[in-house]
Amino acid sequence: MIRFIGRRLLQGAFVLWAAYTVSFFILYLLPGDAVSIMASGDEQNAVDPALVARLRSEYGLDRPLPEQYLIALVKALQLDFGISIKNGVSATAAVAEVLPETIKLAAAGFALAVILGSALAIGAAFSRNRWLRQAFAALPPLGIAVPTFWIGLLLLQFFSFRFRLFPAIGNDGVASLVLPALTLAIPTAAVIAQLLSRSLHRTLGEPYIEQIRAKGASDALIHFGHALRNAAIPTLTMLGILVGNLLAGAVVSETVFSRAGIGRLTVTAVNSRDIPVVQTLVVLAAAIFVLTSLLVDLIYPLVDPRINTARRVSV
Amino acid sequence: MPQQLVRPSPAQTRPGDPAVEGTGPVPTASGPAPDVSPASPGTPGTGRRAPGRAAGVGRAALPRLAAASRRLGRAPGLVLAGLVLGVVVLWAVVPGAFSSWPPDTGVPTDRLQPPSAAHWFGTDSLGRDLYSRVVHGAATSLAATAVAVGVGLVAGSLLGLLAGSLRGWVDDAIMRVMDVLLAIPSLLLSLALITVLGFGTVNIAIAVGVASVANFARIMRAEALRVGTAVYVEAARSAGVRWHTILLRHVLPNAAGPVLALSALEFGMAVLSISSLSFLGFGAPPPSAEWGSLVAGGRDYLVAAWWLVTLPGVVIAAVVLATNRLSHAFANPERNRT
Amino acid sequence: MTGTQPLLKVEDLRVSYRVNGETTEAVHGASFEVHAGEVVAIVGESGSGKTTTAHAIINLLPANASTDAGSVVFAGADLAKLTRKEWQGVRGKEIGLIPQDPTAALDPLQRVGVQVAEALTIHRLEPRKVARQSAVRLLAESGIPDPETRARQFPHQFSGGMRQRVLIATALAASPRLVIADEPTSALDVTVQRQILDNISALTAERGTAVLLITHDLGVAADRADRIIVMRSGDIVEHGPVANVLGNPQHAYTRQLIAAAPGLNPRRLRPAVAGGVSTDVPGALSDPAGLPRAAAAAAEPLVVATDLLKLFHLPRTAKGPKTLTAVNNVSLQIGRRETLALVGESGSGKSTVARLLLRLDRPTSGSVHFDGVDLAAARGEQLRQLRRRFQVVFQSPYASLDPRFSVADSVGEPLRAFGEGTTADRRARVASLLEAVHLPATYGARQPVELSGGQRQRVAIARALALRPDLVVLDEAVSALDVSVQAQILALLAELQAKDGLSYLFISHDLAVVQQISDRVAVMRGGELLEEGPAGVVLERPAHEYTRELIAAVPGRGRQG
Repeated sequence: MIRFIGRRLLQGAFVLWAAYTVSFFILYLLPGDAVSIMASGDEQNAVDPALVARLRSEYGLDRPLPEQYLIALVKALQLDFGISIKNGVSATAAVAEVLPETIKLAAAGFALAVILGSALAIGAAFSRNRWLRQAFAALPPLGIAVPTFWIGLLLLQFFSFRFRLFPAIGNDGVASLVLPALTLAIPTAAVIAQLLSRSLHRTLGEPYIEQIRAKGASDALIHFGHALRNAAIPTLTMLGILVGNLLAGAVVSETVFSRAGIGRLTVTAVNSRDIPVVQTLVVLAAAIFVLTSLLVDLIYPLVDPRINTARRVSV
Repeated sequence: MPQQLVRPSPAQTRPGDPAVEGTGPVPTASGPAPDVSPASPGTPGTGRRAPGRAAGVGRAALPRLAAASRRLGRAPGLVLAGLVLGVVVLWAVVPGAFSSWPPDTGVPTDRLQPPSAAHWFGTDSLGRDLYSRVVHGAATSLAATAVAVGVGLVAGSLLGLLAGSLRGWVDDAIMRVMDVLLAIPSLLLSLALITVLGFGTVNIAIAVGVASVANFARIMRAEALRVGTAVYVEAARSAGVRWHTILLRHVLPNAAGPVLALSALEFGMAVLSISSLSFLGFGAPPPSAEWGSLVAGGRDYLVAAWWLVTLPGVVIAAVVLATNRLSHAFANPERNRT
Repeated sequence: MTGTQPLLKVEDLRVSYRVNGETTEAVHGASFEVHAGEVVAIVGESGSGKTTTAHAIINLLPANASTDAGSVVFAGADLAKLTRKEWQGVRGKEIGLIPQDPTAALDPLQRVGVQVAEALTIHRLEPRKVARQSAVRLLAESGIPDPETRARQFPHQFSGGMRQRVLIATALAASPRLVIADEPTSALDVTVQRQILDNISALTAERGTAVLLITHDLGVAADRADRIIVMRSGDIVEHGPVANVLGNPQHAYTRQLIAAAPGLNPRRLRPAVAGGVSTDVPGALSDPAGLPRAAAAAAEPLVVATDLLKLFHLPRTAKGPKTLTAVNNVSLQIGRRETLALVGESGSGKSTVARLLLRLDRPTSGSVHFDGVDLAAARGEQLRQLRRRFQVVFQSPYASLDPRFSVADSVGEPLRAFGEGTTADRRARVASLLEAVHLPATYGARQPVELSGGQRQRVAIARALALRPDLVVLDEAVSALDVSVQAQILALLAELQAKDGLSYLFISHDLAVVQQISDRVAVMRGGELLEEGPAGVVLERPAHEYTRELIAAVPGRGRQG
């Protein structure tokens, strides 16, 4: 087991390194001269030329490319991704400052998404009323098709402006979290519902389900005692990508509700072409993906005995 | 992310299911060449053929056409999806035929009018007709989406085909890079690309396309592997067929279905991504009327003019819903084959 | 029948399926009875409605199927009137089910013991703790060694045969009065098949449980049942005690099935080559051992394989790299115009040998000489030219044709690959090939989906013959087919061999089929060649214990002659 975790950690480290390299390639090598892009900034905020010069020398951006990459990689290993062009603080600090807000939002959004998504999938698979079942089955495709920002704006329109139930903007308290989290949750819930109901549908057609029915099992036992657990496995493997999508959703949700967080930070960083911050965010996203995948790997054997023993017995 | 529509319809039977026992072409056992029984015309033949082969089309074309239209009649959702996409494509090609109002010049006295017979989607703060702006925006939105899907399809399929047919270290190298691309959420990857490419519709289209390369590569590789190890390819190989002939005549045509289904799906996803990016302000500058920026423009009038945000959003959702439905239709016949 | 009331009485049962909005009736008014303690077999080929009938009895039809008419009376109660809740009390407790494919019939996430015990706890026959202990006892009765440990394991740790034993234990746990066994052994190796059937027979006889045995194999039915019901295309065509049905069949179809069942007809097929038209009826012409031909072939063999060894490298595990010896020190020869049968169960390495002979894989060591040319040394264009001379027909008639190719495209593919003749020449050749495999010329334009399994296999044979090869490797080429279709394909193969002077390597797990087509037989197990010799010798006087076991396992043997 320890051996296994060690190997997964090593693989995770590889993905992080590769993500860093890909982002370095895209952000620093692709444009030719990254510093001049940063210096162009956006129209409103002129970038301090002194800062640009400092960046250029401190990060060796005037040296040959392989050397640049090595210097940058060593600094990145010390969690130093450079200085934010926008306000002169380190990019890592700029991200760390707003990260807790986004974690709150994403956690709330994820919890909501799992609850909503599972409820829809279970409802669609198990309800005996034909109309109810079709209604449940029709919702996820709809949830996937609507743009996230549009959901946010509609929620804002109804619940903040028309009924004044929740604040429209800001980071204050639980009430301000509800609408952004819901905005974030709806597309993810739709994806979860779709994955899970497809998986449930397939599971309910498996021969072993018929065999359990032939033992005289009730529907409740078949559904909740056997089918649901089997069907959850494929959804579990998608967790890494789902959490990554949550992060992308935060970009939109935080913009719509004017919340501070790494989503907003991303938009402002791209707007002011703040390459160090953008790179930090990309590597952060990859790190979150790696951590989630590791977590899934650890949970997996608890849910599916085939994984655990297959590894021990080794075919 | 590869999402597909799931419509578990109780009337559908899986092929190979014992349920269809007795309905397929069943060999009867009598007569001189007994198992040569006329195959039932109702066999769920998919009617797809490799291009460039005309032999035998004539014989079976008519009943197939009839069968296809019968099947369509049973799938009103698919017909509706086709209609929605048809109308939107026409908007993009001949916008003038759908709206007489100019998209960029408004009548200031008519500002912020709610939807009416004259202005179907209402008017904006400058008195411009919103419906006309949506119709004229279709060309930009669809062109950007097409570019995005094109980039992903061409680059991704080539990489996937290389990985899947050469295998070995080429496969390892390509797929490791694709794994890394999948580890970064696609919107974030697009944003990173926009940072260096700069703003504008073409740039966001390219950025969205690059972010979808990994999905195409994965599907294409899986298909190349699946078909490459299929028994009929093994049979062709042992019959002395050259590898490039196998690639061209067996692998590519058989891989096309799932890749096409993914293309339709990614088309919908690209519409969403591009509208999101232009909503965030990275698209073409005003007064250009891309759908996402139309929604963004309505943000300031949420209370006064609900239609400015709501109606362009409905159009986006309808298009995505329609392409997803289409993708489902592409994917389904594939599942019917083994 | 006796005056007692039957346990199960099925009357005028009609079942139909709805596919794409069209309704097709699959069972047209079946009526039969099963008495307490009796074994009744329903025999039929695919599409006969036998499985549908069984599922209709226990009310487990798929969602798109419905019972339209008829009654099913079980122990005096009309099952059609049961509510959902009442059905749960009947299934498992009164009527048990042993499924077709044991590999997928157990919940992969639950311990085996729990799944057996569930059959008891669902009906509240025993409390959970007691049921667990009963499960261990039931597993032991089903012939599972070390049941205490095995009960705590998961299904993936069981082989197919062991899983079927678990399912038998489950089906019999609540001591039902009737067990429906739906093709209980068709997915298993022949030797395992016999053990499983023995196990079912012993346990049900002990308990006095009635068995409704669904099978495609007349031999199995002949061995195990008291009475046989023959179904075809949804109709019961014959019905009676085993001795009557087999000894004095009334219906033409039954006679045909008996003639086609290889286990009941152990004779080498010899086609009459009269103007190239087969008048062959299985068993019509036969000679005992095929000796004259073997003598001619001995002159100069077509294929000589020497000391073949094939290792596969398995994924690296904690204990370091691991290899699997798929083929170990196998030497064989195939003479001209001769059929060598390679017999073995799954995992015996027989298909790997075929792939080595076809040069689809290369041996780790050893050599294959084809007509004196070393295959391992050949490569590129030289190898491609050699490939003209040996062709292959695979097992699955569904997977071996490209779904996008028309029949003519598939058959003509090898011709096109070697640029044989003009387009018109090729078209004519394809037409004559289709004729040779007894398919109408119009079938050239058809797609594979429009063909039945037997027809597809004919197309695959036509493709294999396109380049006029010397050797055709038949890798389980008839195993996936219904018996009557199987008999036709075997007759076709024998006819083509006589006409074109072909050599066959006939790979099969089924000794009954092998004895109908082979001149010489080689038996493999675990990658090794156990025994090889003329068919008459190997099958009549086997030298190896395992061969004897295989022969004993052939269903229907007891009824020969």
